[in-house]
Amino acid sequence: MLSIKELKVNIADKEILSGINLQVKAGEVHAIMGPNGSGKSTLATAIAGRDTMDITHGSIKYKGEDLLEMDPEERAKKGIFLGFQYPVEIPGVSMVSFMKTAVNEHRLYNGLEPLSAGDFLKYMREKKELVEFDSQLANRSVNEGFSGGEKKKNEIFQMALLEPKLAILDETDSGLDIDALKIVANGVNTLKNKDNATIVITHYQRLLDYIVPDFVHVLYKGRIVKSSGRELALELEEKGYDWIKEEAGR
Amino acid sequence: MNTSQEYIELFKAKENLLEKASPSFMMNIREEAIHEFGLAGLPDRKDELYKYTSLQKLFEPGYTMQLQPSHVDFSLEDLFNCDVPNLQTRLEIILNGFYKVNGTALTEMDNGIIIGSFAEALRKYPELVKEHYARHAGYKKDSLVALNTAFAIDGLFLYVPRGQVLEDPVQVVHLPMTGVDTMLHYRNLFIMEDNASAEVIVCDHTLSPFRFLTNSVTEIYAGTGASFYYSRIQNEHLNSNLLTNLFIHQEADSTVKSNTISLHGGLIRNNTNVLLNAEGCNNETYGLFMSDKNQHIDNYVNIDHAKPNCTSTQLFKGILDEQSTGAFNGRILVRQDAQKTLAYQTNNNILMSDEARMNSKPQLEIYADDVRCSHGATTGQLDEDALFYMQARGIPRQEARLLMLYAFAHEVIEKIQVTPLKDRINHLVDKRLRGELSRCNNCSMACGDLPIPD
Repeated sequence: MLSIKELKVNIADKEILSGINLQVKAGEVHAIMGPNGSGKSTLATAIAGRDTMDITHGSIKYKGEDLLEMDPEERAKKGIFLGFQYPVEIPGVSMVSFMKTAVNEHRLYNGLEPLSAGDFLKYMREKKELVEFDSQLANRSVNEGFSGGEKKKNEIFQMALLEPKLAILDETDSGLDIDALKIVANGVNTLKNKDNATIVITHYQRLLDYIVPDFVHVLYKGRIVKSSGRELALELEEKGYDWIKEEAGR
Repeated sequence: MNTSQEYIELFKAKENLLEKASPSFMMNIREEAIHEFGLAGLPDRKDELYKYTSLQKLFEPGYTMQLQPSHVDFSLEDLFNCDVPNLQTRLEIILNGFYKVNGTALTEMDNGIIIGSFAEALRKYPELVKEHYARHAGYKKDSLVALNTAFAIDGLFLYVPRGQVLEDPVQVVHLPMTGVDTMLHYRNLFIMEDNASAEVIVCDHTLSPFRFLTNSVTEIYAGTGASFYYSRIQNEHLNSNLLTNLFIHQEADSTVKSNTISLHGGLIRNNTNVLLNAEGCNNETYGLFMSDKNQHIDNYVNIDHAKPNCTSTQLFKGILDEQSTGAFNGRILVRQDAQKTLAYQTNNNILMSDEARMNSKPQLEIYADDVRCSHGATTGQLDEDALFYMQARGIPRQEARLLMLYAFAHEVIEKIQVTPLKDRINHLVDKRLRGELSRCNNCSMACGDLPIPD
C-alpha cells in the first residue's frame, strides 16, 4: 500500500530525514518509535504533503502512485489520513461545516452524491458514539477551547468519518490519560480491517498495549535504525533508547 | 483656483436653484455651511483623520453636480422588490440623491409615523425638521458635512412619534444612475421620539457605469428609551465612490445598532459619529468590508461617552486582497462625567496578498476614572497550519480559504438582527468571497441595458 524509498527531507536547509525505507501493506499496523527530534513527525507530515519541507531525495508511492506529485487534499481523498500531534484550532469554522465539507469532498472524489445536511448529521451521530465524542463538541468551532484529550478524540472522530485506507497517527497518545487512551485505541481498533493500514507514531510503548502493532520501527537521527516485531517495543520500554543510540553510533 | 474654491464658486453659481429647492430658512444654513467649508477646506493627508484616505484627487472637478430630481420611466420598485427574500419591507428609492415619488412624497400613517421625501418634510413640517436638522451633524470643521449641508436638497425622512413602532423595516435603495460623471449629496433624517422604534436598511448601488462621488449625511436622533437599527450594504462599481457621514444622537436608555457591510466599491469612507448624551445608552457599531483590485475602504468611528453608565461596542473586520488598501480609525472619548462607562473596540483584518495594506488606529481618550475600556487590533494572514489541517482532511485549499474567510466574516454578519437580511448578507458575502460579483438579485450590473434617466 505504502512504499517509501530512500526518502530524504530538509526543513530550512537542515536534513531531518536521511534516507527512510518503509513498506506498509493492507491490514498491517506499524509502530514508529524513537527519541524526541528523530524525525517521526516530519515523516508523518511528508506523507500527508505539507509543503513547508523539501523532499531532496527518494520516493513515496501509495498504491503504486507517486504521492509526491499530489496536493495534500488529493492524498486525503485517496485515503490517507494524518492524525495531528497538535490539532489546529480554527475559530469560527464549526465542526459540522468542516467535516461535512471534508466528507462530501471525499464522496465527490469517489463518484458519490454529497450527503444532505440531515443525512450528514445522522452519519455524524453514528460515528460520535464510536469514539465517545461529546455531542457538544461537535457543535463548536473546530478544536476551539477543546482540552488536549478532546482534541485527540476529535482526530479519531474525524478518522471515523473519513474511513481512510492509511491512517497515520502522530503521537495521538501524548497528553492522554488512561481512559482517553483506551477510547482512542478502541476507536482505532474498531476502524481497523484487512483493507486498511495504520501507522502509529509514538514515543512510549503504552499505546501499544492497546493498539497491537505487527511491526515496530525505531527512528533515530532521520533513519530507521531497527525494525522488528512487537517485542521491540517492550524492549524499548524496559531499556530506553540509549542502547539504540549506541548501536546506531557504532 | 484650488479644489475647494471650485465648489464655493459652484455654490454661488447655483444659489438661485438652491434657494428655490428648499424653504427660505434653509438658505441661511447653506450659506453658513459653504462658508465653513471655505474655512476648513478639503482635508488632505496632513489632516490626522484623513491620513490614509486622500480626498483631494477624488474631488477634482469633472463631475456634474446633481441638483435636480431625475426622471425615469421604468419601475425601479420592480427591480428591487425581491431583494431580500422573505422580508416584508417598505421600499423607498433615492434616485440620484432625490426621493423617488411613488404616489405621495410623504406618507403619514395613522399612528403618526411620517416617512418619505426629506425635501417635502422640510416644506410640510419645518418645525419638526429644524429641531434636528444640522443639530447632530455639525458642519463646523467638518468639510464633508459642510459641503453636504450646502448642496443637499433631498433624501429620506423618517419620523416615529413617542411610543410608536414602525412595523416593517424600511429598505432604502440609493441609486446613482446618470449618463455623466456625477457628484451627489443626499440627506437623511431619522427621528425616533421617546420609546419609538424602527429598523432601516440602506443599500447603496450603482446602475450606470459612470464615475460617481456620493457624499451623504444621515442624522439619527434616538429619544429616551428609543431603539433604532440601521443596516447598510454598500455594493457599487469600482468607479463609484462613497463618502458617508453618519451622526447618531442618543438620549437616556436608548439603543442604536448599526451594521455596515461594504461589499464592493471604488473608494469608500464611512464616518460614524455617536454621541451618548444621557445615561443608560447602548450603542453597537459593526462593520465588515471586503476589498480587492485597487479599492480603498476606510472606516472612522467616533464614540463620545458624554454621560455615565453607557455601553458602546465596536467591531470592524476587513478582508483585503490584491492591491486594495484599508483603514480603520476608532476613537472612544470618555468624558470626565461619564463614570461607569463600558466601551469596547475590536478591529481584525486579513491580508490575502502581499500588496494589500491595512492601517488600523485605535484612539482612546479617557477622562473619567471608573470605566472599563478595551481595544484590540490585529492584521494578519490566514493561518497556514489551519489551511493544511483542512487540506489534510480532503478540503481543497481554495475551499479551506473560503471556509476560514467566511468564519472570519461571520462574527459581524451574525450581529445583523433582521434574520432574512442576515441570510441575504450571508449569501452575498459568500458570493463575494468566491469572487463572483455579488449583486443583489435583480440589480443587473449589465447597466447598459437600462434606460438612462434625463
